[in-house]
Formats: sequence, structure tokens, C-alpha cells
Amino acid sequence: MQEQYDVLIIGAGVIGSAIAREMARYKLKIGVLEKNLDVCNETSGRNSAVVHGGFAYDTASLKARFCVEANRMMGDLASELDFPFERCGKVLVGNTPEDMTHLHNTLRQGKANGVTNLEIIGDDKLHELVPAVIGKFAMWSHNSGIMDPFLYTVALAENAQANGVDFYFGHRVIDIQRDRDSLYIVKTSQGCFSSRWIVNAAGLGCKEISDMLGIKGYKVIGSKGDYIVLDKKLGALLPMPVYPVPSNTYMGVHVTNTIDGNVTVGPNAENVTDFSYYGVPKRNIDFLIESASRLWPHISRKDQIRNFSGILPKWVDANGNIQDYKIELRDDIAPHAINLVGIESPGLTSAVPIARYVTGLMQEREKLTANRSFSPIRRGIRRFAACTREEQAALIAANPDYGEIICRCEKVTKAELLQAIHNPLGVSTMTGVKYRTRCMMGRCQGGYCQTRLEQLLEKECGRQAKDIIYSRQGAWLLQGKVREGI
Amino acid sequence: MKEKDVIIIGGGPAGLAAAAALYKKGIHDVLILEREKNPGGILRQCIHDGFGLTRFHETLSGPEYAQRFLDEIEKYHIPYLTDTMVLGLKAGTRKIVTAASRSGLEEWSAKAVILAMGCRERTRGALGIPGERPAGVFTAGTAQAYMNLYNRMPGKEIIILGSGDIGMIMARRLTLEGAHVQAVFEVLPYASGLPRNVEQCLNDYGIPLYLSHTVTEIHGDARLKGVTVSEVDSTRTPIPGTEKFYACDTLILSVGLIPENELTSEAGGILDLHTNGAVVDENFQTSLPGVFAAGNVLHVHDLVDFVSLEAEKLADSAARYILGEPLRDCPLKISAGSSIGHVVPQRISGKTDFLLSLRVSSPHRNGRILVQQGNHIVAAHEFRRAVPAEMLQIKIPAANINCTEDLEVSVE
Amino acid sequence: MKKIYTCIICPNSCEIETEVSDREILSITGNLCPKGDAYVRQEILAPERTIATSVLVANGVLPLVSVRLVRPIPKNRIFDVMEEIKKIKLQAPVASGDIVRKNILGLGSDIIATRSVQAISAADPAKI
Repeated sequence: MQEQYDVLIIGAGVIGSAIAREMARYKLKIGVLEKNLDVCNETSGRNSAVVHGGFAYDTASLKARFCVEANRMMGDLASELDFPFERCGKVLVGNTPEDMTHLHNTLRQGKANGVTNLEIIGDDKLHELVPAVIGKFAMWSHNSGIMDPFLYTVALAENAQANGVDFYFGHRVIDIQRDRDSLYIVKTSQGCFSSRWIVNAAGLGCKEISDMLGIKGYKVIGSKGDYIVLDKKLGALLPMPVYPVPSNTYMGVHVTNTIDGNVTVGPNAENVTDFSYYGVPKRNIDFLIESASRLWPHISRKDQIRNFSGILPKWVDANGNIQDYKIELRDDIAPHAINLVGIESPGLTSAVPIARYVTGLMQEREKLTANRSFSPIRRGIRRFAACTREEQAALIAANPDYGEIICRCEKVTKAELLQAIHNPLGVSTMTGVKYRTRCMMGRCQGGYCQTRLEQLLEKECGRQAKDIIYSRQGAWLLQGKVREGI
Repeated sequence: MKEKDVIIIGGGPAGLAAAAALYKKGIHDVLILEREKNPGGILRQCIHDGFGLTRFHETLSGPEYAQRFLDEIEKYHIPYLTDTMVLGLKAGTRKIVTAASRSGLEEWSAKAVILAMGCRERTRGALGIPGERPAGVFTAGTAQAYMNLYNRMPGKEIIILGSGDIGMIMARRLTLEGAHVQAVFEVLPYASGLPRNVEQCLNDYGIPLYLSHTVTEIHGDARLKGVTVSEVDSTRTPIPGTEKFYACDTLILSVGLIPENELTSEAGGILDLHTNGAVVDENFQTSLPGVFAAGNVLHVHDLVDFVSLEAEKLADSAARYILGEPLRDCPLKISAGSSIGHVVPQRISGKTDFLLSLRVSSPHRNGRILVQQGNHIVAAHEFRRAVPAEMLQIKIPAANINCTEDLEVSVE
Repeated sequence: MKKIYTCIICPNSCEIETEVSDREILSITGNLCPKGDAYVRQEILAPERTIATSVLVANGVLPLVSVRLVRPIPKNRIFDVMEEIKKIKLQAPVASGDIVRKNILGLGSDIIATRSVQAISAADPAKI
């Protein structure tokens, strides 16, 4: 069966989801093709989760422009879309005269980029902001913040879906052709689709899709960064992210408070060619602990609860120099195809301005009619653990499922799990529920709650044990039953 | 806010034993709060036998052992609430306990609180095992719950990391149900579980135990495809060149238990870095007056029998506290010296006999456990074999203790 | 011939040293109690074990009921007994202590339930 669309977006990362939502403001039939079983399984969900200020990028670059714009709008977006965001600020910490020079240069660049509320602070102020930090002075960016990348992307995608966008998970794009009627025919692992427009928001797959569109010759390297996650008891000690003084191409290992009260440490940066390998080697864990311990003294192996890694797609020139974002519409080669290449950090922060830019490119070619029924408002799952005692009591009174706590570490209730299982995007993996609720994300890493979540998934989705998927295709959770037969 | 003499947090072996013992001492205004659907704790999934030899002088399965205490709870009509998760504990003259259940958020004010929350398993993340993050990596207790409570089979080709008792018991359990357990790997040069489990769970079924080996990489981007195992040296560092790949679909971890003390910490209780449980005195009272702890929340036990016995002992002092009798001051500290992993209690009065629980930190043969005050030997316990897997208990007579010096325990 | 056994009767896990000739047991040392002596004699003669596992229950609040053997069986018959147990299907309710199968495979040992499983209709929903 062939579904025909006005726009097909390839990739349901934060960029694809944001583009889907922006385009849903117009009368367009929009589909999103995603090879994974959920949104933001790759670069968008695997990073420091920091909302950047925009000072770290070359003046006049797209990175700087989008980031600064996005930072300003993040508070409004968070209230429209109901995702966790906190403008907690961040510090770049230095010790030497060279560090001070670098920080002044960074501050100057930030001001040139239009970033406000940057200041150099001394020892006293620094330690007032982050009591335990190791450093003599810092650049303090008031506007920087932290967010939940999963919930942000889920929010964008759900809002797009509520405004009419179709999401197709488990659909890997295999081939793209143009037929006689100038329609793009997109062949996927689960059938064909046709569309007048194509948007390449494939992230790590951007070169592959770009090649399929006929726009060849891009060189994209993967920069893999590993992280460790520390127990929540440390979150209270870190009010804002602590970064070292950055080099030109790499921000350095930093210590970041997460929106949920954990602390992450990372990333290192390694160039990789395999864009699907997320293993974290021991030497990198050691490196992270050692590097970050020079910034913050509370890092101990005993408190690590998990590690993860992410890969940034970086577009490089022939000499290997990292380039700015490439967002293009090549009428000569692939008309009606918007090609995004090398969307790396600060992509998470910049998603919505990027999406507006992309939509603007489309509007340069055709007149779009506003979708009058578009609503930018989306409500997320009400989180029991984030409520006051009074609110909790009210939640339980209104819905007793809120009184049944399934995940003991993160205090996630059955009510939240049910909402996540029946999510609007139709995602039914264990990790889909995990990222939407934080069930299994605490210090016991699902030891207590995963059996309960698994049972609930079986029941609510009407599935057999052997058909429960942990995260992605092929990731079966259980082999079946111990005793078959009733 | 409802008032109670005592709230017991956790309806596992420790909580149930404490409740029944308190009842027998005349403390009837008791409430047990249990987060699961039924009381009994982890025993409900421990269907193997071997429980009860010390406490009941017969060998029982976990559910049968739990039932003995549940029968008492029923007999005395001791109230308990299930599906009730304690969210907060405030320690003061009266203890305020907040818990959530389907019927709402409730608060109790109690004279005393007994912490009996048990422990949780150490995870892959806590060990920082390198590699990818596929499905198919389970802690032993989670695999045990899947199999014994939910009728779910975790996998077919199994590797087990860690020779803790639950890991070995799961090796046997999986084998009986038709899975192929290829091997158990232990990073230490000795088994971390009891020798009898090495015998009856591994040797009986021809499952090899490789000591001084560990998993150094996990492979698979969807379901587990295999693990790399390396030999380790005496500092537990993997030896380059010894890597060997084992294809498997399931990795079971039995790499230690951690007392579950988030409530204790939040309430301001002081924890012992060795036990990961609260620091307690000979009355099993934590640093918070009127808050007591026993069982695996205090220190990880080798046998449930000792959990029950400890909780019953706790009930003596908790009952006195509730009745308003003063508990002895405990100014003397006991610390773990050479070759001792931890000691419980960590504070004593010196004025009464007490039972010292401890673990050695490495295996020893034909030695003595010495309890000393300076050069003065308070107690000496001879052993033929002492292994970290086994908890040792020594009766210490007050007559030998002077009331001024701290005590140290060591292996000679 | 000398051989060391690890006693599995209790957690003491006594290491018991034995000396056996062609015809008889010459010595048994190292056991802390008489049970160790009996265990080793049986182990030399014909090793025995008990097993614990689960049996299917229909219409129960749980899918399985845990069971165990009341007395040990020959070690080399463990998997035969497992095969037999796998065939058993019970109807809820099951009470702890119920004999699930008498004298399994004629080995002189009964299988008993080690917990109770209520019937679905008689119980609170989904008690596990």
C-alpha cells in the first residue's frame, strides 16, 4: 500500500519531530519515517541534555544563530509543550592565565553572537554558585539550562501527531526515487510511500539519505561521547553544569545536573565510523572519572548507576575541519527536498529554529496555507514524584492508579505507566515507557519494577511474553514461559 | 494523622518477625507497611529449600518459611497494609511516616519506627561493566522473580557473573527448566556464596565456576549476543590477552546486595560505609532515637534465619522504648579492624552481653577472631574456616568489657 | 582413597574428609554434626538430592505454584522427575502442604505445594 504525502520527513529525532510540528501549522499531509521503534533513540536522546546559550559557536554561523534564538524561546516552548526545563545557568571554570584569556574570548564571541547575561566571576562568586567546584574563576552563563531530551522530543512529536502528522516507526528508508509526476517514491523496510516533498532529518544517517537524494559528496564523521550517570543523592550538590574551558572543537568533560536530580559526567570525544555501536569501554569510564574529578570532588565509582554514549554527526571538509550546519534546497539535483547535513550539538537546543528555517525554505517554493485548527499546546504525563504532598493526595483521590507506586526508586505510579503505554505515538517498547516515565531509570535500574512493567505491557497491549520488545527490533526481553500450556 | 505505637516499614522476614515478637511482648498497637501486593518479601520468590534450619530446626522453602510468620501475624491479628509505599519518614520525638496507596496519601505518627526494608541488588550500571546495552542482562533476583512468580523464562543460553548465592541458585533453577548455563564467573579468587551452593547448585549440574574472571565487555545492540570474559590479577584488573568470547543470550548478575536505606538517609540517620546500613547500637537503635533497624536493611545476611532472629532481638529493645523504659547509653564504638569486612552493632554500652555479627573480608583458615580493647582481649573466637560469604556471630560477655575503651575486631 | 566432601545439609558447609577402601568407609572426619556423617555415607553409597520447582495452576491468582520434594531422590533421577513435574497441571485453589503427586516415579518421595494459590474468583484481583 502506498500512502501519499505532501511532506515525508526522514528521522524522528528532535529535528525531525520539530520540523513535523512546525509544518503541521500549515495545511499539509505530513508523515515521519523512523527506523527505530521510538523517537530520539540516537543523537537527540544521547547527550548532556544542556540547553546551550550560544556563546561557543562561530559568530554568524547557523549554529550560533539558531542556538541563541532557541535559548530565548525555550521557556515558552516548555510551557506550551509541557516538558521539563530549568534555566539554571552554567559555569565554565578556569585556573590559569591562559584559561582567563580563553574565557574572555568566549565571552566576547558570545556577546557578538547576541548572547546576554554572560559574566566573568571570581573565586567567591563561583563558590557561592557551586560550593564544591574546583577552580579559581569562571564564565557564568545565566541563560544556559537543562532539560529532558526524551520528553522534549516526545512532546514535539506528540504535538505534531495531535495536529495530524503520521509517525511510522520501524520504517527504515532503503531507497528514494522520483517518478514521472515528480513525486518522490520512498521505499522502506515496511512498504513504499510517496510524497511531493522530502526532508532529510536523518541525523547520523544524513549522508546516506543525502546520497539517495542524489546530493553526493558529503563527508560526515561520527564523534562518539561516553557518559556515566551518578546517583540522585549527588544531584542536590550540583546546582548547575560545570564545564572546563573549551577548546575550539570540543567542550571538554563536564559535570551536569540532570533535570531529574542525577548527575552525568561526560563526554569524551572519539571519532568513529560505526554509527550504531554505543558500547562504553572501561578506559573511557576511567578517563571521565579522572577528568571530571578535576572539576568537582564528589565523583565516585560507587555512585555510578549507569553509563551511556551518543554519537554526533559532524560534517567535515576535505581537510577534516568541522563545518557549520548544512541546510539546503538543491533545485538542480533534488527539487522539493530539504537536505540537513551535520546537525550536531547544539541541535537539541536549536531544533525549533531549525524547523522554522526549514519550513521557511519550503515557503520560498510554494505558498502554504495556515492550518487553522493547529494547537501548539500539548500536555504531558503528570509526574507523581514531582508533585507536592497535597498535589499527590489530589492525584490519588482523582485516580487511584496514582496511589500504586510501581517504580520504587523514581516513585513512578501505575497511572503514569498506563498513560505511557497508551502513548499517542503508539510506541510499545519497554524503553518507550521508561523514557516517558523514568520507570527503571533509578538506582536499582529496574530490578524491582521491570517485572511489573513487563506484565502491564503484556496485559495492556494484549501481547505474549515472547513478543515484548525491550528497546529496538530484535531486542526480545523474554524467551517465553517457564511452563506453557494453560 | 493516625497514631500508632510502632510502624514497621517492610513486611518481609525482618518486619514480620519484629511484629510478632513485639506482640508477644505486649506491644499490640503495631502497623506493618508493605509495598508489594502480599507480605513475605523476597522469600516469596525463593522457592528453593534450605531455609529454617536454625530458626525452626527443619528445612523449608522460602514461601513456607514466610508462612510460619504470616500465620503468627494472622493469629495475633496484627494489622498490615499492602500495596502501600512509604514516601517519607521524619524522625523526632514522634516519628511521622507518610505512605501512598490506592486509597490515598496517609500519615501516621508513631512512638517508634522499625526499618525493615531489606536490600536491593547491585546492577550492571553500578559495576560499570563496559560494552553495549542490549536486552538480556538481568540481576539474579529479577530473573528469579520472572521465573518463580510470573512464569516467564529469561533466556536459553546463559552466562552468570558473580557467585553470590542467588546467582548459583538461579544457575540450578535455569538448568532444571531446560536452559543451558555455560559457566559462572567470579572476579574474586574464591566463591562469594556459600560452599554448599557451589556443591549443590553448580557441581551437581556440571556448571563450571571460574574464579578470578570477570565480564569485560557486553555485546549486542538489540538482544545480548555474547560477553567477553577476561582473567583478572590479584588487584581484580583484567589481564590483557586472556579475553575469551562466550556467545549467549542472557547474562545473569549476582554481584552483591545493597541495603535499601534511602528513607534512613533522608530522615537523617547515619549510615555505616561498610555495611551500607544504619549505624546501630546494641539495641538496634539507629542514630535517630526511636528508629530501629534489623535484617538486610541493616547489613546483608547470609541466611534468613538470622534475619528473623535479629528482628526478634530488636523487638526486645523496641518494646522497652515504646513502654518508656530508658535504653542503655552506648558510648563505646566497635570498629572493623584487619581482615574484617564489617561489624554490627557499631556501638555498645559495655554493660550487657551482646551478639556481635561480622563478616571477614577474605577467606581464612584455622584462625581466631579477636575482639579487643587496646591490648586487652575481650573475646576470642576460633574457627577452622571463615569465608566472606558467611556471617559470623559471636556472643560477647559484658564481664570482659571495660566501660571506657572502644573495641576493635580483627582476624588473627 | 581420600576424598573431601562439602556437606550441603546446612549453611556450615562442613568440609568432610573421608577415607574409603574398596569395601568400606575407613574414616569420616571434619563434620560438625551427625547429619554430616549421614550425608557423606549416603553420598558415597548413592547420592541423593531434593529439588524445588513450580507447577502450573489453572484459574489461580498466580500462574504457578512452588513445589518441592519431601524427601531426597537419587541424584541421577532429577531430570526424570522434572519431566514428570512439567506435565502436572493443577486447578486452583491449592493449599501450602497439599500433596501434588504422591510417590513420584515410584521413588518414595512426594511432591508438595509450598505455597497457597487462591482461585481467581475467590481472591482480590491480581494478588501476587
